[in-house]
Amino acid sequence: MSRRKTERLLSLVVCLLSSQRYLSATQIRAAVPGYPDSFDAFKRMFERDKEELRDLGIPLDMGTNGTVDEEVGYRIPRQAYVLPDITLEPDEAAVLAVAARVWHRAELAGAAAGALLKLRAAGVEAEEAAQPGIEPRLQAGEAAFAPLWEAVRDRRPVTFRYRAAGRSEAQRRELEPWGVVNRHGRWYAAGHDRARQAVRAFRLSRIDGRVEFCGPPGSVTVPADADVRELVRSWDDRPVPPRTALLGVRAGAGLGIRRQATREVPGSDGWDEVELPFAEVAWFSEHLASFGPDVVVREPADLRDAVITRLKGALA
Amino acid sequence: MTSAKAAERGGPGTSSDRLQRLLALVPYVISRKVVGLAETAAAFGITERELLWCVELRTPDPYCPIDLSYEGGEIVISQAEPVDRPLRLGVDEASALLVALRMLAEVGELGEVPDLAESSALSRTIAKLEAAAGEAGAASAQVAVEVDHHAERSVLARVREALDGGRRLHLSYYVPGRDEATERDVDPMRLLVVEGRTYLEGWCRRAEAVRVFRLDRVLRIDVLEVAAEVPRQAEPVDVDQGLFRPSPDDMRVVLDLTPQGRWVAEYYPCEDVTELGDGRLRVTLRTPDAAWARRLALGLGEDGRVVAPAALAAAVRADATAALAAYSTEPAGGGPSPAQG
Repeated sequence: MSRRKTERLLSLVVCLLSSQRYLSATQIRAAVPGYPDSFDAFKRMFERDKEELRDLGIPLDMGTNGTVDEEVGYRIPRQAYVLPDITLEPDEAAVLAVAARVWHRAELAGAAAGALLKLRAAGVEAEEAAQPGIEPRLQAGEAAFAPLWEAVRDRRPVTFRYRAAGRSEAQRRELEPWGVVNRHGRWYAAGHDRARQAVRAFRLSRIDGRVEFCGPPGSVTVPADADVRELVRSWDDRPVPPRTALLGVRAGAGLGIRRQATREVPGSDGWDEVELPFAEVAWFSEHLASFGPDVVVREPADLRDAVITRLKGALA
Repeated sequence: MTSAKAAERGGPGTSSDRLQRLLALVPYVISRKVVGLAETAAAFGITERELLWCVELRTPDPYCPIDLSYEGGEIVISQAEPVDRPLRLGVDEASALLVALRMLAEVGELGEVPDLAESSALSRTIAKLEAAAGEAGAASAQVAVEVDHHAERSVLARVREALDGGRRLHLSYYVPGRDEATERDVDPMRLLVVEGRTYLEGWCRRAEAVRVFRLDRVLRIDVLEVAAEVPRQAEPVDVDQGLFRPSPDDMRVVLDLTPQGRWVAEYYPCEDVTELGDGRLRVTLRTPDAAWARRLALGLGEDGRVVAPAALAAAVRADATAALAAYSTEPAGGGPSPAQG
């Protein structure tokens, strides 16, 4: 059963690739073994086969040979089917082998393996030898990655529920995605937020539930000057003017703070005075509180209060 | 599907997966003069039996004169002209490789890796692949991977120097859990780039084991005038299993997080995550480092309450009490501080 289907599909590809002319369904049925006798059953099976070939990326052309009253025919133009020649030097092939492992087990791992197989079939020897001693990996553990990549690739708008940082409620959002970006090891999607009529970036791990398409392929226009990488970067590192914190740090402790210090004055009372820059009270107070009794904030007052609040919170 | 069944069907997957494999197998055999069964099966990620199934396929009609056969340990092929070249790359396939290659280029730029530098093998490979992919490569421009620049360039350069020259490194390395610097000699094995961060994998002579070091936590690094000696038993980390695998001896930490504390679940690998309603979460983390867990909970304050273990909860409360006591004696403002710590 399964052998016959694989044989039939292979025959179909070879048949359509071999012909210069468009072949009608009737001609195909006569040429490719394995189709049922009933014409209706053949039509149904042929429709499914065409879908499978298209899903594999096989360029299936429809048209006529120009004669009158001719039914529509099919062929696979060799030019569009064939992978252009590619030869890689050994050092290039080694780099390719490293690249093919980057997605290992992540979303596009199957695609990377498929690409490598085709390149090997083209004669490329992507061997493991001569590795540059580097092993990069991309994780795409976020469930939203697959649909968002698909949406970006096919230029389709999507809708999803999103829980913004610190919010208790997820809100429905509608996005025309322009791209996906991995930053600090996390995936983001950026594009045009329809409800807010503005450019927005979303962290994929904060998407709650399923991502659904809400428009046909090709219905998203990405502005020519859109730089998704920059969009995510500016969203992530919202510029905050740096401020200076003045701390008491217990002598011999707080190395993690001293690493960032701009000024350090040893004290005689067991406390050193340390100055360092910070941007956000919320994040920085958390960092400082984590040092417990080894660090005391002297200035500014809002930072001092925030740390005290955190420490009291830890008592609750 | 059982493996026996898979073998009968020419390998795992659907008919179109098998068709895809066949369309690559034919040119694979043609482009190589001699093709052994074992190596081909390995290249295709299938068993020899599954490969034989493919080889024995017959397409008995005038359009399909492909003749694959298996003779004396080799696969031979004749008359396969229509499918003698592989199918072009699909958008996903081209994107997967191009995104990965560009990520490598960024790592190369950071680390001044000679093999990955400008006008090197890497940029030549990218150019060739872009040309071969054609239109299918266009969408890859909409995926970007940034590699963190946190680590000092000089640290990366030293690591490269040691890797290339086979030399031992001395590291002064910050351990945040204990908030202290540790000194150790390391024989470098590989540079790892995982989740956007760069790591040195090496044989740590202090621990007598393979260790992974985050480069942004390296306080000082020296290339020593000593040849690196990575012992035979040094087993490289299986990067695909994650760099930090919990061990059965690790402590289980259960935290209740407020919406403001949810970042913990995004940031650290959690064994279990349960929604508690109103945006609150209960997470279970595993760590060998009690001091790290203590500091995490202390920093979270009311955004992360320790549910278990009880000893950790008590330690966090004790730390918070001591810290608040320091505040009651330490005045606000930068004036003289009379208090004894």
